[in-house]
Formats: sequence, C-alpha cells, structure tokens
Amino acid sequence: MSDEKEWVTIRNRVCIGEILFSIPTFIILAAFIIIIGVVVYYGAPVISVEFLTGNPGYRMLYGGEFMPYGGILPMIFGTLALVTGAMCIAVPLGVLSAIYLNEYLHEGKFKSFINQTISNLAGVPSIVFGLFGFAFFSKQLNFGVSLISGWFILGFMALPIIIKSTEEALKTIPRGFREASLALGATKWETITSVVLPVAAPGISTGTILGVGRVAGETAAILFAAAIFYQSSLYPASIFQPVMALTYHLYYEATSSPFASVNRPYEFGTALVLLGLVLLFSLAAIYIRNKSRKRRKGW
Amino acid sequence: MMELLRRVWTGFKALWPIEAFRRPAPSAEMLRLRGLEYSRRFFSPEGFTGVCALSSFVITMLILFFLIQQGLPILQYMGYGPYVLPLLKEMGYSEYIWLLNNGNIVTGLVNFVTGSTWDPSGFNFGILPLIAGTFIVVGGALLIALPIGILSAIHLAEYCSPTVKNIVKPIIELLAGVPSVVYGFVGLTILAPWIANIFSLRSGQSALAGSIILSIMILPTIVSISEDAISSVPKDYKEASLALGATHFQTVWRVLLPAAISGITASIILAIGRALGETMAVLMVCGGVANIPPLSLEMFLTSVKPMTAAIAAEMGETAVGSVHYHALFGVGLVLFGITYIVNFVADLINARFRKKFGGSR
Repeated sequence: MSDEKEWVTIRNRVCIGEILFSIPTFIILAAFIIIIGVVVYYGAPVISVEFLTGNPGYRMLYGGEFMPYGGILPMIFGTLALVTGAMCIAVPLGVLSAIYLNEYLHEGKFKSFINQTISNLAGVPSIVFGLFGFAFFSKQLNFGVSLISGWFILGFMALPIIIKSTEEALKTIPRGFREASLALGATKWETITSVVLPVAAPGISTGTILGVGRVAGETAAILFAAAIFYQSSLYPASIFQPVMALTYHLYYEATSSPFASVNRPYEFGTALVLLGLVLLFSLAAIYIRNKSRKRRKGW
Repeated sequence: MMELLRRVWTGFKALWPIEAFRRPAPSAEMLRLRGLEYSRRFFSPEGFTGVCALSSFVITMLILFFLIQQGLPILQYMGYGPYVLPLLKEMGYSEYIWLLNNGNIVTGLVNFVTGSTWDPSGFNFGILPLIAGTFIVVGGALLIALPIGILSAIHLAEYCSPTVKNIVKPIIELLAGVPSVVYGFVGLTILAPWIANIFSLRSGQSALAGSIILSIMILPTIVSISEDAISSVPKDYKEASLALGATHFQTVWRVLLPAAISGITASIILAIGRALGETMAVLMVCGGVANIPPLSLEMFLTSVKPMTAAIAAEMGETAVGSVHYHALFGVGLVLFGITYIVNFVADLINARFRKKFGGSR
C-alpha cells in the first residue's frame, strides 16, 4: 500500500512526458552548439587584423598551383555591397506593397491572390532564382555577371520577408491610432506617413534585418549571375562587374580549390566571419522584435 | 464625276449602321482630361502602392516565363524519344540538334522526367536519378527531423518553463539564420569524415550526410510553426480535458495534438518545400554522383546528386544555349513546379487551420 503511494507521488513529481519530450530539445541545442562551436574553435585562431583587413593573395606552390593566403576584405566588401543594393530595392518596394495590402486593399479574392503569390515567391528555391537571374539579367538585359544582377536577384529574394513582416507590424497597430489621426483632419496618406509608419518602424526594421541576414548568407542565387572567385581588380570597378562574396568564396575554397584540405584553417576563418556577420543581424532582429513586443503590451 | 463618286460613297456609308454607333473622336481637351485622370489615379498613394504590390506577382511570372523559355527546347528535343539525342551525338551530328525543335512537349516532359540516365556528355538527359537523389535526401531528413521537431515543439509549448522557452526559441531562430553554405562546410569537414569512419566508407559524402545536415536546417521551421499551432489551440480544450480527469500527457496526446494537427502538417509540408529547394548544403555534402541508388537501407550510404546540386554544379561548365544548358533549365522548371505545388498545399492547410482557431501565423 505504502509502496504504491510512494510510486504515485514519484510519478506525479517526475512527469514522464517532461523527460521524454525534453530530449529532442536537447538534441537541437546540441546540434546548434556543435555547429557554432566547430566553426568558432577552428576559425578563431585564424582571425586577426591582417585576415580581416588584408587582400587575398595567391602563393605559388609546388607544380605551379596556387594557394590563397592573406585577408578577406574584398569578400566582406562584396557581401556588404550586395546586401546594401539588394535592400535599396527590396525595402521601398516591400514597404509600399505592405502598405497597399494592409491599408488600401479590402479583404477579398484579389487580396488572397496577392498573398498567395507572395508566399509562393518566398518558397521559390534560391537556385531557381539564380537560374532566372542569369537568364533575365545577365543574358536578356545584357548586364552580364555583375553586381547589379546580384542586387536585383537578392532584392527579389528578400521582398517576401519584408512584405510579410511589415504587414504583420501594420496589423498590430490599433485602429484608434488611425482614427485619431483621421479625426484631426489628416488625409489617409498623411496618417500613413506620420502615424502608422513611425509606429510600425520596429517591425519594418526587424523584417529588413532578417532580409539582410538571408541575403548575406545566400550563395546559390548569386552563383551564376553575380559572384566570381577571383578578379585582379579585387573590387568591382563598376556595377557591371562581378563581385567577390564571402559565401561564394567559402564554397569555392572548400570544394573546388585543389588545396581545399590544406587550407582548412583559412576556410574556417572565412566561415566564422560569415557566420558572425549573419548571426549578428539575426540577433539584432530578435532583440528589436522582443523589445517592440514588450512595448506593444502597453497598448 | 468626283462629286458623283463622293455622293455614292456617302450614301453607301450611310447604309453602314456602324457609323451611327461610332463614338466621336475624342477632342484634344478630352484626351488631356483623360490623361490627367489616369495620372492622378496612378500618382495617388493608392495607385503607386498598388503597383508596388503587384511587383511580387510580376516577379513570379517573370521567373516562370524565363524558366519555360529556356527549358522548353530540352522538352522539345526529348519529345522525339529518350534515345534520339544520344544517337545524334553518337553519329556525330550533334550540331543538327535544332532539327529536333518541334517535338511533342508533353511526351518530352515524360521522357525527361522518367529517363534513368543523367549523362550530359553523352547527351543522355533523363532526370530520374536527380529526382531520386532529391527525394532520398529529403526523405531521410524528414525521418530524422519529424520526431525530433514535433516532440520538441510539444515540449516547448506544453512542458517547459517560460525561462527555458525564452532561451530556446531565440536559439532555434538563430539556427534558422545560419547560412546554408556554412552548414554545407561543416557537413563537409566534420560530418562526412565521421560517417566515413563509422561505416568504413571511402568517402563520407553520401545521402546520409545530406539528410543529417538538411534535417538540422529544417528543424527550426518545424519546431517554430508546430509550436505556434499547439499554443494557439484554445485554452478551453485543455481545461475541459483536465477537468474530466485526464492526465497532462493524455490531454496533450488525445486533445491538443489532434486539434493542432493541421498546423503541424502545414509546418511539415513547408519544411519539405524548404528541403527540396536547398542547394548549397546538399551540393557540398552529398557527393554528386548521378546514379539511381538501390532500394534498400544502403541507399543512404551511396553518393547522390539532388536536382539543385546538379544545377549548381553543372551550370558553370556549360556553354550558354547548349543542350545541357537547356536541360538544366528544364531541371529548374521541374523543381519550381514541385516546390510550387508543395507550398500551395501547405498554404491551403495553414489557411484552414487559421480559419479554425485564428492562430498567430
């Protein structure tokens, strides 16, 4: 009798479900720690001022082969250039789209059709974006393998993210804000620009930063239309020249270079810089979102 | 004489009833007003934001148009049967490929999708090995990610304390932000040697490595959307079940999961869509041999070449406008079609779930 009672109390205290269900979460955390840990462990010794601010060079090795050394500044610059241009295209287009969808368009078939298109665009594989960009921008519009093709491709890729997060931010603004502004005699457009957008700014910036994170880590889309492994001028001289990007550099170094296995520390260093850059953006987005959520609870 | 002709012509014209219905030509003033009206409509806030909102539709259509434009030739070539192109190559007539530009597209698509050899240098363009590669890797990833992801979502939604949840959820979101090329690199340098050691293979670059990496990549999608679905089941359901004397586990298993099942399904299908389109990781980790693997457990240890990897790896080596080039666009078209259908289904299920409970997503 007492044994059974004890067993019941133990069973009540230690929930079987809790133990059973917490294992998968631990597995996910472990995967995260292993991936980040490996990159940091092998990459951190390489990071130095010279690595971050130097130009890559190619050292002759036996048999006339080349092996990269030096820094990755041109690749960092290339990634930032791609991201900046892409955002200059995606943010205005995305924010204006979201304003139309949320402020002007009434619920109905057309709205659900547009929403359907946006989520389909978000689901298009990045390699298909790469194919499209090569066929359209590089060949049809004759931009060639260039920075500007990359801007358009990556801008289009980031568009759904920005539209979705801006729309979400606009939806959470209480109607009272708009009605108060309209009651004071402001037009609808004045209300949008001076009341709605400032309040939605954290949401918009969250979306933008998420988009930046996705675009900065994108490889497949710029594989054919924008990126190059090495060019002698290092930096693109005009927007119609190809660009060296961190992601493409890492991919090429790790798989196609004849010294891929000799050069692992250099590659891990590149991976660490890329990971740091992208995770920094993601962290910033999460921080801003949580902060604005807290503020929203006051409304 | 001319006068007579004119009169006859006028009389003839009068017979035409159309003249009577025709509107007078717009005057210059009317044209100006109409132009003003259109420009006023366009330059109003509603007008130009509306044009921006159409942009995502235009972009999707552009993508589809260029995929079809560049992918159509291979379907036409294949419309003459899967053996015509290799034969042409064998006979040394490969420059006369343009003669095959009128094949039946539907037959071509069937030949293209069901052809069992992918050998671009021999002009064999059957993408069944690539499709098989994609589905093996994605299937393996789902086998790993589904149990882990859904159990973890249940844990986060129902069992763990808010503190743990506040730590774990951002980490899962960070995991979603890691670039795919970094996943591929870690898989290539760490995971592949492990697999080679454990199974004593020559190279660890196999479908298994691809599945493991891909499962880590789709876990955030499954966990966060499933967690949202479970959390957005109304509290009444849970309280009613507990009030009837069910334990917490019974409530979760019999009440919450069935109620949230369509949201969970949507998350799984969305994850499948992501996994199908994932490029860099599978390109770096799967080995890249385009063979149809044997239908046994061993298929996870063979080297495969998913569709995305084929496009990414071979596009750089092909001449623009060659048969191989068009074939890669054909692969892209098939990939686009598959992911489109998958995402569409996910959206349908998600919409139904939202209608049921009004969840946050």
